[in-house]
Amino acid sequence: MFDADAAADAQTLDHVAAWCDRFTPLVALDSPDGLLLDITGCAHLFGGEVALLQMLCTALAAQGFAVSAAIASTAVCARTISRARHGRIVADGDEAAAVAPLPVATLGADAAITSGLRRAGLKTIGDVAARARHEITARFGAGFTTLLEQALGQGDAPISPKQPLPDYIVEKRFAEPVATDGVIAATLTSLACMLVAAMDRQGKGARRLQASFFRTDGAVRSIAVDTGQPVTKAEVIDRLFRERLDAIADPLDPGFGFDLIRLSASRTEIVVQQQRDLGAHIHDNDELSALIDRIAARLGDRRVVVHLPQDTHIPERAVLAVSAQQHLGHAAQAVWQTRVADEPPLRPLRLFEHPEPIQVIAGVPDGPPAQFRWRRATHAVVRAEGPERVAMEWWRAEGVTLTRDYFRVEDEAGLRFWLYRDGLYGSEVMPAAGQPNWFMHGLFA
Amino acid sequence: MTSARLTALADLRGDIERIESHTDAQDLRRVALGHAGADAALQGGLALGALHEVFAEASRHSAAATGFVAGLARRIGVRPLLWVRQDFAERESGALSLSGYRELGLDPRLLVTVRAPDAEAALRTAADALACDALGCVVLEIWGETRHLDLVASRKLTLAARGSGVTGLLLRVAAAPMPSSAETRWIVRAAHSPPTRFGTAPWQQIWGAPVLETTLVRNRHGPNGHWIMEWKCDECLFRDAPAHPQPVAAAAADRSHPAAAIAWQRRAG
Repeated sequence: MFDADAAADAQTLDHVAAWCDRFTPLVALDSPDGLLLDITGCAHLFGGEVALLQMLCTALAAQGFAVSAAIASTAVCARTISRARHGRIVADGDEAAAVAPLPVATLGADAAITSGLRRAGLKTIGDVAARARHEITARFGAGFTTLLEQALGQGDAPISPKQPLPDYIVEKRFAEPVATDGVIAATLTSLACMLVAAMDRQGKGARRLQASFFRTDGAVRSIAVDTGQPVTKAEVIDRLFRERLDAIADPLDPGFGFDLIRLSASRTEIVVQQQRDLGAHIHDNDELSALIDRIAARLGDRRVVVHLPQDTHIPERAVLAVSAQQHLGHAAQAVWQTRVADEPPLRPLRLFEHPEPIQVIAGVPDGPPAQFRWRRATHAVVRAEGPERVAMEWWRAEGVTLTRDYFRVEDEAGLRFWLYRDGLYGSEVMPAAGQPNWFMHGLFA
Repeated sequence: MTSARLTALADLRGDIERIESHTDAQDLRRVALGHAGADAALQGGLALGALHEVFAEASRHSAAATGFVAGLARRIGVRPLLWVRQDFAERESGALSLSGYRELGLDPRLLVTVRAPDAEAALRTAADALACDALGCVVLEIWGETRHLDLVASRKLTLAARGSGVTGLLLRVAAAPMPSSAETRWIVRAAHSPPTRFGTAPWQQIWGAPVLETTLVRNRHGPNGHWIMEWKCDECLFRDAPAHPQPVAAAAADRSHPAAAIAWQRRAG
């Protein structure tokens, strides 16, 4: 005996929905216990509607689920029938007749509407359908009328699938489940060729690819790869997936084997074929973005970055690191401040993400440091320049915002540091409150 | 039997000669650093399409070593640069600040940074990148000792670099040099900024240019050496640093600091 666990139920339904992906890419959740599959144009792949329904129900029953399924031309009609009878297939145009004898509860309307209908003496859907629509709408609302019309096959609404429909899908089914890496890799290669051939006919290239591995026991694993440029070559797709599969933290577990492997292009772009000069550096850009794609497939999108300058004085916010896959073009056109000629660098070469607290002895509280202690070593300051005062941006203030006084210092070994005092002594940091805090923020070359 | 063995031996010797001649100094394209002494020792400059190692003398000299690597990368040319940095290096010696990078005369638009979770991933990424001839050079920054970076790994990097013509710069902090197939190996520490003329008002003193004390401890095709170089941010080349007074001994602990500073300035003047 267990307590009901709504979250676990929802998760299980989600897994069943993922498994149902093998029949059609359009699977919608009908919480708490139903699934809607749009099998338009898919049934013939499984030997017709009867065979498809049987295959699906047998497989789900084998996994230990109690199934009640029906096929009809509208989602609501099929759902209504499946709540009353299992395995019925309603031909086009027979919907009204099929649902008429069913009790109103099967419509799945609110409990208040259902009991209201019953109290009005309308026991079956046929009874309700016989009444004039405006009477029903006046009593139970327009939403219920729409539901009723859809159940009767007089109107239809699209289902909202769990995943958007990919632009291109290729897949391979196996009579015997496959589990060896070699076969899986070879399958991906041949699928990549098929996908590229399909896309090539319409002049498209893939920006986002997804490989789904359907295990015999119902588990489905999907692996997605993004690219910066539309991919039109099978070997590139193949290599990206090899990098990705090599690097994923929890490796692909075939269990008792996969019986279906699918490769889909969920985002595509039109590829313009262009004539290229010999030795042009457009070729270089392609090579570079291919390299970035490969590294991103292995390490993740966020680990390969390009840099964009930001309009702010705060040193740690002056540069934004953004994904190289998406922003390579922007970064190449970014406008950086030009350096002042004949000046030594005013900004450090290395900057700490979190400034490190240091102990400082300064001649006067608001003067440059004379000596400081950083990472258990004492540095005597030989030269210092500053302060360079950086005020925080009050308009995006988060928490404490003290003005910083930055100093460029050189110690007796020739090391050059960038450190700052947090807060103006005397106005922001009161002499009574003790010594101001100092931080190490960067290192000069 | 003996003659057959001798023939085999001669064949092998011939093979080895052929392999070695491939790495001949004349085969490598070179780019001058700008510092006369160093260029002479390097026989014209830094070899392209090879692996060069730069060690920070101690971990506190990491920024100086970074500056030297940045300078080398700038000398190699204005082509896309891939900087592969291990996450731990970022925590220990800080991330690259692009404003400072810009001020050294490099172009941040050409920089792509890869943040590798560990040394192994960083190495693999670098080996992959060195084979991509769209890049000018690849910087591989690894913090601390690692068993992944052995002779085999450095040989792989060297072969990839030679095949594509991309130069590999290996930046090591907190690590001791190990046998490797690198073309050159440098040990870098920070040096004092050039002294100012005595009597210059403090607001007229210009100091803080990247002055580096570099030691060439390994050079496959020439002598080693020791130079104090200054990276000229405007001309984008290395130059001999002007007079470079290094303190003879550490500052006395019992003397107050400002006095030491004045004494130092007097000596310099």
